[in-house]
Amino acid sequence: MATYSTNEFRPGLKVLLEGDPCSILASEFVKPGKGQAFTRVKLRNLKTGRVWERTYRSGESLEAADVLETQMEFLYTDGDFWHFMNTDGSFEQKAASSTVVTEAKSWLLGQEVCNVTLWNDEPISVVAPNFVELAVKETDPGIRGDTAQGGTKPATLATGATIKVPLFVEIGDVLRIDTRTGEYVNRVKA
Amino acid sequence: MSSTYIVWGSFLRGASPSRSPAEGSDWRPAATIDALRTRAGMLRATREFFARRGVMEVQTPVLGAATVTDPAIDSLRAGTPDEPGPYLQTSPEFHMKRLLAAGAPSIYQIGPVFRAGEQGRWHNPEFTMLEWYRLGFDAPRLMDEVAELVNALLGPAAYERQTYAGLIDSRFGVDANGDEDACLRTARDLGLDCGAGVEEALDLILAEAIASTRIRRLFITDFPRRLAALARVGAAGAASRFELVLDGVEVANGYHELCDADELEDRMAADIRRRRAAGGRKVDVDRRLLAAQRHGLPECAGVAVGFDRLVALRLGVANVGEAMAFDWKRA
Repeated sequence: MATYSTNEFRPGLKVLLEGDPCSILASEFVKPGKGQAFTRVKLRNLKTGRVWERTYRSGESLEAADVLETQMEFLYTDGDFWHFMNTDGSFEQKAASSTVVTEAKSWLLGQEVCNVTLWNDEPISVVAPNFVELAVKETDPGIRGDTAQGGTKPATLATGATIKVPLFVEIGDVLRIDTRTGEYVNRVKA
Repeated sequence: MSSTYIVWGSFLRGASPSRSPAEGSDWRPAATIDALRTRAGMLRATREFFARRGVMEVQTPVLGAATVTDPAIDSLRAGTPDEPGPYLQTSPEFHMKRLLAAGAPSIYQIGPVFRAGEQGRWHNPEFTMLEWYRLGFDAPRLMDEVAELVNALLGPAAYERQTYAGLIDSRFGVDANGDEDACLRTARDLGLDCGAGVEEALDLILAEAIASTRIRRLFITDFPRRLAALARVGAAGAASRFELVLDGVEVANGYHELCDADELEDRMAADIRRRRAAGGRKVDVDRRLLAAQRHGLPECAGVAVGFDRLVALRLGVANVGEAMAFDWKRA
């Protein structure tokens, strides 16, 4: 297995830490006066998204993680797994469990192109496109004319996710949603 | 001698001058030409500073038969394929002390020094050191002169002096000289693994305390005995060693020099034992330095200044690569 020594650490490098694949965010060589040298590292755990800070002695090394960040199109879910297909024309498919798809599954209906992180060829994280367009499946009747401002009400989308929408939104409307915040952006089609 | 040089060092993997970016597209310096003009002005001002004070400029060898025993400093060697060759000096200290023992007056030197594996924002394996020795000075008097030089190069400002233990206590609330458990706990909070020893923990704590200090010009004084290096140890048990930290960056390291040759030999032997215990490369003591000190090193204080760091601070850049013509990645 390939390893990286502290002097090869650089942002973006993928390494294994405590069994999990991590991406190095920042690496700094520190050495006090006549003291021993250290490399202080910030890493993002690619499975959990958590940021870890570690300090290594110079010359220590970490195992390389076989991590690939790629784009894949969401096909369908069978309830247990979410199935994705390569967009490079190979039609190769990968299945991701619900623990991997996490927040993204609220926004996936089919054909969305997602950022998928593969570790040892298996998906470990799926990030939905920043914006998706989804139809409203259920919501209280709309209040006509109230298109300017006012309160909000819950609406259930075709994927089953519930978001807050303006009062004028009706069942069947297609909404544009920012998946990073989970917020309504605008109505695409009434 | 063959014209083929090989530089040896235990940390060299991945740290040799890079040949990667295709077709030499990284041929330009990281420093701007204006930055190099500033650097040239600082070199000139430094030489004028010492000329006015009657301190003599010297040049000593870059390649030497011996090197430091300091466990945390690793030397590079310039050899041929058949022999490891002489050491690239990590500091001009030993040669300059031999000049002092031979009767030289107060002396200074500006020149390249080399340290294996020291590469980062504030480190470059080859860097420029300004080192000087003042006959009859003690540490406080030399600190005053260091401050005057820094004022001349960076502009005047106020200086504070804190002891090593005081600095660590003020930053972490830890007694560096007594409470080993607290030191280890603090180092673990900084991300060091559980197997770390107390000396290692203190090195990391000091590095962190230095980097995070809000005092813009800080002298750290009174180092613990184990960090005395080549400073004399006073009656109270603290080493007459100081460091200057500018905006969280270590810039200078100075000693009221140890003159006792027996003590020097003992410390070098202890260094060699620590190197061996840590699995470091074997080095021998510098016999010529020992002989010179047996002949007699005059009472003096000396200090080494990382000149590239001073230039970077003057330029307001956050790395030494932009303060030198070609850093290691482009050398």
